Amino acid sequence: MTETLPLILATILTAATPLMIAALGEHVVERAGVINLGVEGMMIVGAASGFAVAVLADSSPLGLLAGLLAGLGLAVAFGLAVVVFATNQVATGLALTILGLGLAGLVGQGFVGQPRAAMAPLAIPLLAEIPVVGPALFTGDPVFFLSLGLVALVAFVLSRTRLGLLLRAAGENQDSAHALGLPVMRLRFAAILFGGAMAGLAGAYLSLIYTRFWSPGMSAGRGWIALALVVFAGGKVWRLVFGAYLFGGITVAQLHAQAGAIGLPSQLLSALPYVMTIAALLALSLGGRKGQGAAGSLGQPFVPER
Amino acid sequence: MAPRVELVGITRRFGALTANAGVDLTLESGVIHALLGENGAGKSTLVKILYGLLQPDAGEIRIDGRPVRFDSPRAARAAGIGMVFQHFSLFEDFTALENIAVSIPGAVADRRLRARVAAKAAEFGLAIDLDRPVHSLSAGERQRIEILRALMLDPRVLVLDEPTSVLTPAETELLFRTIEAVARAGAAVLFISHKLEEVRRLCSAATILRAGRVVARVDPRATPAKALASLMVGTGIADLRAAPAHALGAPVLVVEGLSVAPEGAHGIALERLDLAVRAGEIVAIAGVAGNGQSEFYAALSGEAGAVRAGRIAIAGLDVTRAGINARRRAGAAFVPEARLGQATLPQASLAENVALSWHATEDLGQPLLDRGRLGAIAQAVIGAFDVRPAAPAAPAAALSGGNLQKYIVGREIAREPALIVIDQPSWGVDARAATHIRQTLIDLAGRGAAILVITQDLDEALDLADRIAVMRGGRLSVPIPARGASRETIGMMMTGAPAAEAVPA
Amino acid sequence: MTPLFVLTPRPFVSPLRRVLTPVCALAAALAIGGVIVALLGRSPAAAFRVFLVEPLTDPWAAQEVLLKATPLVLIATGLLFCFRASRWNIGAEGQFLVGGLCGGGIAILTHGMTGAWILPAMMLAGACGGLAYAALPALLRVRFGISEILTSLMLVYVADLLLDYLVRGPWRDPKGFNFPQSVAFSDAALLHPLLEGGRLHAGMILALAAALAAALVFRRTLFGFAIAASGEAPRAANFAGFNEGRITILVFLISGALAGLAGVIEVAGQVGQLRPGFGQGLGFTAIIVAFLGRLSPLGAVLAALVIAVLLIGAESAQVSLKLPLDLARFFMGLLLICILLGESLERYRIRFRRAEKERPA
Repeated sequence: MTETLPLILATILTAATPLMIAALGEHVVERAGVINLGVEGMMIVGAASGFAVAVLADSSPLGLLAGLLAGLGLAVAFGLAVVVFATNQVATGLALTILGLGLAGLVGQGFVGQPRAAMAPLAIPLLAEIPVVGPALFTGDPVFFLSLGLVALVAFVLSRTRLGLLLRAAGENQDSAHALGLPVMRLRFAAILFGGAMAGLAGAYLSLIYTRFWSPGMSAGRGWIALALVVFAGGKVWRLVFGAYLFGGITVAQLHAQAGAIGLPSQLLSALPYVMTIAALLALSLGGRKGQGAAGSLGQPFVPER
Repeated sequence: MAPRVELVGITRRFGALTANAGVDLTLESGVIHALLGENGAGKSTLVKILYGLLQPDAGEIRIDGRPVRFDSPRAARAAGIGMVFQHFSLFEDFTALENIAVSIPGAVADRRLRARVAAKAAEFGLAIDLDRPVHSLSAGERQRIEILRALMLDPRVLVLDEPTSVLTPAETELLFRTIEAVARAGAAVLFISHKLEEVRRLCSAATILRAGRVVARVDPRATPAKALASLMVGTGIADLRAAPAHALGAPVLVVEGLSVAPEGAHGIALERLDLAVRAGEIVAIAGVAGNGQSEFYAALSGEAGAVRAGRIAIAGLDVTRAGINARRRAGAAFVPEARLGQATLPQASLAENVALSWHATEDLGQPLLDRGRLGAIAQAVIGAFDVRPAAPAAPAAALSGGNLQKYIVGREIAREPALIVIDQPSWGVDARAATHIRQTLIDLAGRGAAILVITQDLDEALDLADRIAVMRGGRLSVPIPARGASRETIGMMMTGAPAAEAVPA
Repeated sequence: MTPLFVLTPRPFVSPLRRVLTPVCALAAALAIGGVIVALLGRSPAAAFRVFLVEPLTDPWAAQEVLLKATPLVLIATGLLFCFRASRWNIGAEGQFLVGGLCGGGIAILTHGMTGAWILPAMMLAGACGGLAYAALPALLRVRFGISEILTSLMLVYVADLLLDYLVRGPWRDPKGFNFPQSVAFSDAALLHPLLEGGRLHAGMILALAAALAAALVFRRTLFGFAIAASGEAPRAANFAGFNEGRITILVFLISGALAGLAGVIEVAGQVGQLRPGFGQGLGFTAIIVAFLGRLSPLGAVLAALVIAVLLIGAESAQVSLKLPLDLARFFMGLLLICILLGESLERYRIRFRRAEKERPA
């Protein structure tokens, strides 16, 4: 047990990390008042491009970077439509997800089934020596550590810096922000770019670190779960981290249950993350926190009178 | 020396409407200058142009003699123009300090900023708790944040758009002292209002706008209020005719001990309201905005509000828990505050909009709507109320505020209700339409309907009502007869302060 | 820095512009799609022929187009009720699958039996299944304020797994060499061609009837007015006393029932059995149909035909030009973005900042 426990912990972290990265990006986007339903599409395009570049260049870091850039590219399209042309955010995000699923298929078509070696793990000196916890928490892939840094960075920027204040102002009340002369559109565009980059990176993490192969449709709704996590977080970054690890745990638990052949149909177990998402949203609502913490102008198109 | 601000030949059109036509305006430092005009005269457009929110189609802005171009409020603020909006530009979930930090270039809500803000607040005598979230503050406190925000930039020009509409008389006094201090410090102040007495007290110069044009520049202290009023409104508006003497009937609307839970985190609770409106009577609810009037309207119409205690009866029928349509069937009609998007569906035609309030009491065709009938009803309303354009097929959004309000009031009156509850009947409506609407209500009462008018406009309440009650902090005063009531008495009721303090010196 | 241009609302939208918007969007998407095809090293002209011309000129393919359009019209018609009310049912794919499962379940239970009641029973079961499956996100929204977007979408994955479980488990054809599929439906459980030798079945008539009925509801009934009010101005709907929760539930139920019905028609008409992937993402494609048709039922019929042509074209392009099916999916997303941009340009006029300065006073 002492040998498998760190392993299980490590898989939970690996399963949770892409969710957390994507949700962190979307968290920033929603703070700025935009809802991006294209996360799933950005994620899968990130997964395909990341994997393709990693294989072609034989470099996983380059692959991760490519995934990030791919997400960024889709975010440019999303931002142009939603911010500059004030299209309906729900429909545009959905369009981007549909487009992304197709684009990922095109990009990844030559790479189906190719395996990819794991990235060299990073071990934090001394801390990694702690039994059980050490190998699980302080030995991991670089992106895992990066994700923790990003969480801290986002939390700091949003609560302590001028940029964070302005982003939140643009999301809280777009008309007031505009009346004060804040560049609402540019702030939102910037947030969308960050969200897209994070979704792309999360996707590349999936194909390069989590599964280490590419298969069509492999994001399997994780982008949507990331969106649900943002709702679940209700504006608080620490709840987002908690939610991501909870869902990582559920994913790993159901995988182990399938492998352990406990007599339940595998499909039922596979459905668990989706059912749990609905259950989590329900629990949130029953806890009386319905709609709390969402930015005041969330989802509203912004067309200033000139 | 060049004047602080010169607006020269400012013209701005919105589609077919010309909101400003060659407007000239000059502001001198240290002078409190009034911009007068009735609703729709173009005051807001002009200040939005000065503040960089709108671009003029023609004309020039000069600051200290130098021509400038403001393509955003940021540019205007950088040039020293501070603005206090009528509808506050605050962030509800932010603290007061964060709200101020947002508006100061490079600032964050830290201890250094707090010290600076506190010093400025002390300098101008503005009391604010900087750590409370804005949604928990009163209208007066919110306005102080807006003013402080503007003052933090050491403005050379301070613009205040209808700043007293949300204030009690006592708060207004405090505001005036602050404004005078700002002017003494050397800033040019532009004070926008349609309340003539205030302007005559505070301002030493005035520019009067009518229909987008400057019609006069006067010294308000030397001009009688009556003269100012006729400059604002023009001529040809008849006085209200009193209804022929009629006996009051039985109470049609009865409210007893009504308590309503607050709506959401920012709402106001209603506490034990009592009111009766009799057939043939007009009762007005006066009060400073945001004291529970909207909540009271919604509770009466059944559009919102969780009743905690008490009852509402319409024409003898208990409707405390009934929806708006059951209340309509009991004989009531309702005119809400928002004309577009509440009283009408903006993109739907006037004819289709008939269905909105008529479907519960009239058979408009089953299963298919009788479009001929809807058109005929709309046409009748348009004819009776002189609505323009006179086209039942015109979308509601295409009408001006005054015409749309006439249509809405006409649509409700055409249902021949025994009771009509009307929230802000002439808010944002031009004087001609406002007079038309008020006359209609008076005539309707003369024919035996019970009328409840909720209004922020004290003059409207005094003009229309038989009795006036004042709403404050979610409570309702005992109604007093309007005849013989003075503005001072009612102002005092709004403040809730003893008479000696509330009457302005 | 000032933006290059700003958007100003147009006071009125001319009917011509309303028709031109989807046409221009389609043209723009086709142009971009052509570039992609060229990038993939194929001839755009050949792709154009295979995608758009051959499905219409080849009689066999033309029938396929109509068959493909049938479920699209049904699902999209249902979605119109939701989208017009600004309720975001994006789980029509799940409701489609569950409808197919419920109808297919009856077919499997009655396997080998005959009787004219079987097909109607399947349709009823399918509609009820889709309806129930759509009721869930609607109730969660009305009762608990949970975003219907996320719940309806999550339920798609669940429906997919349910189908997978059934055709690999209890409903697997025992004589099917372990393939994950049900028995082939008996004759009484199949939709038969209307004409000898043809393939078109009664589903198409049902779809057209649904679209016509929806058009009547939207244009002429109080319920249609209530949906519009609820979608455009919820406070006005509240003032009219239209119950927001009831409208949410009704539009979801209608949408789910039509998607479920489409599911039955697909399994009883085209597929003839239950097997994984019979949904083909039609529930998502229908969202594009709804928007391409400008949220109007008759527009949706036209849009469904256009999209069906593209889908059939994509299937043959896969064979003849070795162009992957994913290209079609990419194109669908692209098309939706173009439509949304077109709608924006319809609502707003672009004013370039430089031009504005030079405008005469």
